[in-house]
Amino acid sequence: MEIIAYLIPISLLLGGVGLGAFVYTVRSNQYDDPEGNSQRILSDEYDDKPKG
Amino acid sequence: MTEALRPQLAACPACVAAPSADAIADASAPTEARLALSVPAVHCAACITTVEKALAAVPGVREARVNLTLKRALVEADPEVTPTPLIAALEDVGYQAHELDAGALSATETDKAGRELLMRLAVAGFASMNVMLLSVSVWSGAEAATRDMFHWISAAIALPTIVFSGQPFFRNAWSALKAGRLNMDVPIVLAIVLAVVTSLWETSLSGEHAYFDAALTLVFFLLAGRYLDHRTRAVARSAAEELAALEVPRAILLRDGEEVTVPVAEVAVGDLVLVRPGGRMPVDGEIVEGTSELDRSLLTGETLPVFAAAGQIVSSGEVNLTGPLVVRATAVGKDTSLHQMAELVAIAESGRSRYTSLADSAAKLYAPGVHILSALSFLGWLIYSGDMRTSLNIAAAVLIITCPCALGLAVPAVTTAASGRLFRKGMLIKHSTALERLAQVDTVVFDKTGTLTAGTPELTNLSDHTPAHVSVALALAAGSSHPLSRALVAAAEGADVAEVTDLREVPGYGTEAVWNGKQVRLGRAAWVGAENASVSAALTVSWLAIEGEAPVAFTFTDRLRDGAAEAVSALQAAGKDVLLISGDTTGAVEALADRLGIKNWMAEALPADKSARVQMLTQQDKKVLMVGDGLNDTAALSAAHVSISPASALDAARVASDIVLLGGDLSPIADALDTAQSATKRIRENFQIATLYNVIAVPIAVIGLATPLVAALAMSSSSITVSLNALRLR
Repeated sequence: MEIIAYLIPISLLLGGVGLGAFVYTVRSNQYDDPEGNSQRILSDEYDDKPKG
Repeated sequence: MTEALRPQLAACPACVAAPSADAIADASAPTEARLALSVPAVHCAACITTVEKALAAVPGVREARVNLTLKRALVEADPEVTPTPLIAALEDVGYQAHELDAGALSATETDKAGRELLMRLAVAGFASMNVMLLSVSVWSGAEAATRDMFHWISAAIALPTIVFSGQPFFRNAWSALKAGRLNMDVPIVLAIVLAVVTSLWETSLSGEHAYFDAALTLVFFLLAGRYLDHRTRAVARSAAEELAALEVPRAILLRDGEEVTVPVAEVAVGDLVLVRPGGRMPVDGEIVEGTSELDRSLLTGETLPVFAAAGQIVSSGEVNLTGPLVVRATAVGKDTSLHQMAELVAIAESGRSRYTSLADSAAKLYAPGVHILSALSFLGWLIYSGDMRTSLNIAAAVLIITCPCALGLAVPAVTTAASGRLFRKGMLIKHSTALERLAQVDTVVFDKTGTLTAGTPELTNLSDHTPAHVSVALALAAGSSHPLSRALVAAAEGADVAEVTDLREVPGYGTEAVWNGKQVRLGRAAWVGAENASVSAALTVSWLAIEGEAPVAFTFTDRLRDGAAEAVSALQAAGKDVLLISGDTTGAVEALADRLGIKNWMAEALPADKSARVQMLTQQDKKVLMVGDGLNDTAALSAAHVSISPASALDAARVASDIVLLGGDLSPIADALDTAQSATKRIRENFQIATLYNVIAVPIAVIGLATPLVAALAMSSSSITVSLNALRLR
């Protein structure tokens, strides 16, 4: 059962990474325009680098 | 979003709610202008690109971004950039745009409360999934030291999560207790706290049962209900605010003979304000120059424009129709009659504050019941077994099992589904109990001008006139933007237009010209020499006078709003009493009532008469739905059990009403009553489901057979049943 000593921290860590990612997306206003986001994928305009 | 808009990472989760110092500094620094435009036509990926490119091409614009959900474009630009070139740029590429008042929008720009709830929901979800994983291991047979370790890890996850995620409940419960009341949050908090305390105690004694997972799922489900509730209202609020923001408060000041456009807030008493035709009076004042006609329908309900000349007193909210007016301000801002009337409404007791929501009345029954039940089972077991630990465990189990998980979801799930359905039909539900109140309505009171009628005139007797008269009238009407002239042009579209010379508009009176060497005039009776001609007083008339001939009358009636006839007949078919109360003249009101088949009507009603009538109906135990748009309706709107106003209504009227009709069509009103009734039925069903589940589960808990597994199963299944039942409404 020693495997648990690894598995539990790993599962917590993975969940925590997911939570952290979610917190980041909320903080950076990524849910403000769900409709726009789904339409923007279809746009032909590519931005190769982030806007400065 | 640019770097400047992105909030900095806060040191703790709670810091998210507080605006960081940088954000505040950003807002006060005048280094850039942030402008918001409403662009109702954007709907596709190509639109986004076109609009953003067009805006970015305007000099001084740093970044433009379209928000498709809100149909808005947000522009960051150098401080000297004004909205006018931006709107022009968008019109060049084919999109109509309106400026939005940043002040009125700021409240929804970042929905802090919603974001905070979402964050708590996410943390609770994360924690409950992990703890559930550990609990499943325990339930499938983890023993002794392994089980203890799993319980301790669960505790380590659960405690901080509950402290963070449970805060909304703790706060609400505390404020209810401080006020000496019981609300739904008190048993919730008690259940959570008791579950955590007994579980910790059990774990420290190497006990078999711990309820960490139950406490966390409870928090998760309840937060989901809160979040749904919040979203529904946030959407309605932001749409309502957008309506308010569309009316950018600007005024044109005359300073040393020059025209300066300033925000209305900067106008001082004694300033000279120029009001162009089509503009709304920004202040109370006295006309010092110019003649025109004023449309006062939003204030009084009268459809006939009023003649205006120098020396006359005007109040804010009136619309100038024909000629430019210069007004000396006598009262500004909060002192204007418009604002004062709106204030009065805010003070008046409203129907919504008298209403106890279904959820509240359920909580009133439920909260004491649960507490008594739990206390009794604790006492019972203490007397029977004498064991504190067992008794406390059972009391906690009873509280957790009965906890209003399904009750917490019962109302928000249904209102979310129903509000979404009505929103797609063009109705904005602003108040949380509006649907429940709408379901009880048995009497509907309509206002006339601007509500049942569109407020635009329509020519009624075109066929009575000779083609020559029509062609002359048309030529004269083309020279004016007066509503009656425009209606004439619209009605006679395609007819020949006479050749006239020297066409000029005399503001406040009409238009005149020369035709075949004869002077021709179209306008007020007194001006064209038709004072003595007799025509029904109920009608709006524009006279055509040709030199040497008797004047002829072009009569107009107010055009019915789309769907008005359907809405009235559908309501009558559904057995509702329909009343018409208007401030307009008896003849006009009677004609409309006959046309729509409304038997019960009242004309020349003052604002106080309207609200008195509504209050009288209320005292007769009628549940009144008031539909109105003007300032003269606001008192009645707030006195009614529930109220609806069209989007074209005055801001004060929209604020006073519970539901805003976004489109021009009235027919959704009858649908809304149906939807509200089925929504209320679903809410009641949900309460029954929740009760049924308690009837089965509580005895199991009281006799001490409830395990954490049973609690988890029962809680999830009831919550899911309730949500599915709500979805049937879509």
